[in-house]
Parts: sequence; structure tokens; C-alpha cells
Amino acid sequence: MNILSIGVLDFFVQEAVGFKRLLRAFCVNLYISLVSVLLSIFFGILFGFIVSKRKIFRIVFKIFLEIVRIIPIFAWLFLFYFKLSGKNGGLSGTAVSIIVFFVWGTFEFSDIILSSMEALPKHQYESGLAIGFTYKQLYKKIIMPQIMRMVLPNAINLIVRMIKTTSIVTLIGVIEVLKVGQQIIEYNVFKNPKAPFFVYGFIFALFFVACQTVSCFAKFFENKFKI
Amino acid sequence: MDFVLIMKLIPIYKESIFLTLKLSLCAIMISLFLGIVCSAISYMKIPIVSWIIKFYVEISRNTPLTIQLFFLYFSLPLFGVRLSSFNCALFGLSFLGGSYMCEAVKGGFDSIKKTQIESGLSIGLNNWQLICHIILPQAIVLSMPLIAGVIVFLIKETSVAGIVALADVMFVTKDVIGMYYCTNEALFMLIVSYVVIILPFVLLFTFLKEKIKYIDNKILF
Repeated sequence: MNILSIGVLDFFVQEAVGFKRLLRAFCVNLYISLVSVLLSIFFGILFGFIVSKRKIFRIVFKIFLEIVRIIPIFAWLFLFYFKLSGKNGGLSGTAVSIIVFFVWGTFEFSDIILSSMEALPKHQYESGLAIGFTYKQLYKKIIMPQIMRMVLPNAINLIVRMIKTTSIVTLIGVIEVLKVGQQIIEYNVFKNPKAPFFVYGFIFALFFVACQTVSCFAKFFENKFKI
Repeated sequence: MDFVLIMKLIPIYKESIFLTLKLSLCAIMISLFLGIVCSAISYMKIPIVSWIIKFYVEISRNTPLTIQLFFLYFSLPLFGVRLSSFNCALFGLSFLGGSYMCEAVKGGFDSIKKTQIESGLSIGLNNWQLICHIILPQAIVLSMPLIAGVIVFLIKETSVAGIVALADVMFVTKDVIGMYYCTNEALFMLIVSYVVIILPFVLLFTFLKEKIKYIDNKILF
């Protein structure tokens, strides 16, 4: 316990600039996850509805989904990074990671929507059509409200996973919170040997707060939509 | 694509595939055990311990494995605890997997019918006997699809273990790209090795899911 007694506060005061940089770098993580989450929610819903129309689409979709799922995100990042951001005119690491997260998220979101549409009893569609709704009205008035109830908790869990996974984009050279943390630790190697504990602890807390707020929403919706 | 080079790369990758498999199997075993114990305790609602478990589940579900590994690998030595990279990765993965397994098994626990518990109690079983002989066997079968998902997730998460200098598939790929300047071949081998590792599990679990559907209809309901 000798180590902690040297003063947590002292370190935070000394490295105030560093921690501000950490916060600013965490915004990069949030930016990547926000952009890819928004894009993938939009395209995922669109994709899910298109795919649910035909059986052939569904089979092709499942094959692609398994391909996306079977290879870890880290490996996808690597693949895209080495292919897309080559010599001059290549994409930056941030763009590559947004693309990868977008593709992954779109597939996962449309899978969530598809599976909840399959879970909805068939008589809902048929009785909707029987009382003379058009397809647009059917989806707007009957299908969507019921699907939302099933989709939301899963979707929010997926968003939490996407925010968590943004921590590995540092490994393809994006300057984000982990990289800045390493820089601060290296700066403090001789001054403060205990820096890794505080810096990684702080990053730990940042991710915890960000993900916890999102997953609190999940709990809120789960309670609200309980049947 | 240079197939001569690929033939040369195969032994390197084979070693790393075995390491990844070893790591993920150990982590799956530990986290399955941890998850079952945690969910049993929180099912019985033992006061203080179940609060601790709730806290643990929240923490490990809401923080990325990367940070957990960095924290273990770089900040524990300050307190005199030195973990080798394999132990560190194993510890981190089990820490993460335990909470996911706990959530998965809890779903099975919740979906057991009340008649089962009451008839267990009425023939005079105590709490632990009830859990061991009646609830757990059914809960594991019921939550098998979720557990399968967690297992595949854990195997995929091992790809991050390279950051603590464990020579897994990702780490070897990075090395090979650096050594031979052969990006295409290395990335090809990367995909092949992940397919080799994960595909058997996926096939096994789809087979098991079909079996469980059958059991579901036959016995439990």
C-alpha cells in the first residue's frame, strides 16, 4: 500500500493537462462509435426490412452474417486497414475503423430486427391485412411498435459492445484514449513509476461511465416495455 | 499469392492456433464455472455476496477487454504481482467471460417452472441439493443457445490477447507481415486460421441447438 500513499491527488494535479488530453482523446472513441452506431441503425433497419421480404435474401444474408461473425473485429480492422489505407490517397485509420464498425453493426442490427420479426406471430400480419391496412400502415401501426419492444434491449446491448470495441482501434494507429494514455505513461516513466495504475484506471472509469449510461437505458426500456 | 510462402507459414500459424485454442478452452472452463456459481448465488439471493456479484457483472460487462488486460499487465506489477502473459490473458478473459456466462445461465434459471422447485422442496431437498439436482441440469440445457453465443464470443475475444505479448494468431500475423513483407499471404492465413478455430464450434452448437429444441418439446413442457 506504499504506492497509493504517495498521493493520488498529487498525480492528478501534476498531470491535469494529460488527463484533459485523455478526455479529448476519448471523444475520438465516442465519435467513431456514434457515427458507426447511427449509420448502422439506419441501414440495419432498412436492410432488415428488405431482407425479410424474400426467403432467398434471408439465406444469402445469413451466410454473409456468419462470415462477418466468424472473424473477430480486430482481424477485420487489420484486413481493411492493410487493404484500404495503403500508399498515397488511402483512408485514415479513423475512416477505416468507422467502415468496419459500420459493416459489423449493420449486419448485427439487421439480424436483431430479422429475428424479432420472425418471433412476431404470423397472425399479427394477417389480421392487419385482413382489416384492410396497406403495407405501409401495417408496418407503421402494428409491426413496428411491437418489434421496437423486442429490439430495443438487444440493440442497446449491441451499442454497448460497439463502444467497448472502439478501444482496439488504437492497434491500427488511431490516436485515441489508449494511445494518449500510453504517451502519458511513457512521459512519466521516471517521474512517476506508478502512472500506469492511475492512467489505466482512469480510462477504465471513462469506458465504464460511457457504457453504464447506455446500458441503464437498456434496463429502463426493459422495464417500460415489460408485458 | 505465393503458395510456397504459405506452406512455409503453416507451421508458425499451427503453433499459434494451438495456443489460441488452449487459452480459449481454459478461459471457457473457468468462466463457465464462475458463471454457474455466480448465477446460483444470485438466484438464492444471499445478501452481501449477491450484491458483490452484481457489481462485478456490471464492471466487467461495461469495460473493454483491452483495458482490463492493460490494467492487469502493466499496473499489477506495481503492487508486486507479476503475471506471465498467458496467465494475464487467461485471467482477463475469465473475468470478462464469467459475467457474460452469469447472465446467460441466469436466463435459464429464471425460465424454470415453479412446480419444479416446489416439488423438489416437497420431497425434502435442501437449497443446495435443489440447485445441484433439479435447477442446474435444466437451466444449463435451457440456456445452451446463450452459452454457445458466449463461448464463440470468448474465442473471438482472444484476438485481443496479442497486446500483452501472447503469440496468438493476430500477433503472429503482425510479426509475419513485419518479417516477410507478405501482407496478402499473412492476412489470408489469418482468416483461414480463425475459420479453422471457430467453425467447428459453430457447427457443434447448431447441432446442439437442434437437439435442445427436441428436448424442449419432449420433456420440459
